[in-house]
Amino acid sequence: MTDLSTNSSFSDTPPKDAGFADYFALLKPRVMTLVVFTALVGLLAAPVPVHPFLGFCAILFIAVGGGASGALNMWWDADIDQVMKRTARRPIPSGRVDSGEALAIGLVLSGFSCVFLALATNLLAGGLLAFTIFFYVVIYTMWLKRSTPQNIVIGGAAGAFPPMIGWAAATGQIGIESVLMFCLTFMWTPPHFWALALFMRNDYDDAGVPMLTVTHGRRSTRVHILVYTLLLAALAIGTGFTAIGGPVYLAVAVALNALFVKGAWDIWRRDEDASETDNFAAERKFFKLSLLYLFAHFGAILLEAGLARFGMGGWA
Amino acid sequence: MSIGKTHELHKRRFSRNVGVGLLLAAFIAIVFGMTVVKITSGEVGAALQGKGRVENGN
Repeated sequence: MTDLSTNSSFSDTPPKDAGFADYFALLKPRVMTLVVFTALVGLLAAPVPVHPFLGFCAILFIAVGGGASGALNMWWDADIDQVMKRTARRPIPSGRVDSGEALAIGLVLSGFSCVFLALATNLLAGGLLAFTIFFYVVIYTMWLKRSTPQNIVIGGAAGAFPPMIGWAAATGQIGIESVLMFCLTFMWTPPHFWALALFMRNDYDDAGVPMLTVTHGRRSTRVHILVYTLLLAALAIGTGFTAIGGPVYLAVAVALNALFVKGAWDIWRRDEDASETDNFAAERKFFKLSLLYLFAHFGAILLEAGLARFGMGGWA
Repeated sequence: MSIGKTHELHKRRFSRNVGVGLLLAAFIAIVFGMTVVKITSGEVGAALQGKGRVENGN
């Protein structure tokens, strides 16, 4: 670190050398699980079979690309991460990894992942991965995140691309089915993050990030969560009647969307006093449910695709 | 000339060096595997087996 005054962990003892785990943490492994899973579903739900080894490579390169964008995000947002409790222990703000190293790792892995995905599968998949990294780093991290309360809404597109990339890796095309998977993640992102913003209240305020809770108030955020959840429920259940849906998917979607709408309704009905009384229990519950929600929907799409191989999936 | 004495730095950076070594080995394995798959399947594989020439009537 060149500026010791910005290093909150500075003391008499110098910071420990970064281990391999610190560099791995730059790639945001938890976010990577979502990227890997949704990309895998996109790849396997596609009607074109992929050689297992090339499929494995495709998912690996998509994961590396996602991780690279995470490293570039941490490089750019090191000042914000230092202020927020949730992110203060990340490798750069804690002083374990230099921001220049994070930039170098992010750039090298970005180039590597896009080129090798294109080599392993096709140019469209490699190009889509490059666009996803660009969208997440430049459009979301550098531009939208600090300038508009719609940051999560538009920036959510970056996290929604992986199933499209997986589908493109298998088919070489962008099909309506992959667009539906994109829309599912895209519409899921805002209520997921706004619930987080409600119970991590001081974090975004302190960092000056214009989250909806900061710019439009917490009441408005609760309304937004309900509206987006209703739109998401219509989309998720409607997807059940398309080529990637089927009876299993529809059953999962109906059950989970009923729970999700109920959760959003509970959040909308509450005021700040009620939330503070039980330490934002409803908001935390909704956030946890949102994680299960996305994994279960994509799991059901995968199951339908698997059953279709035996002539049982979908509506046919 | 090999390093005879282990410095404290070697201990501190051991996990990092092992990780980078394993990553390089994995990278080689992946490139090798991709090459094998690409060569033994698809157009390149068919060309190597002479199928392209038969189909073209040559």
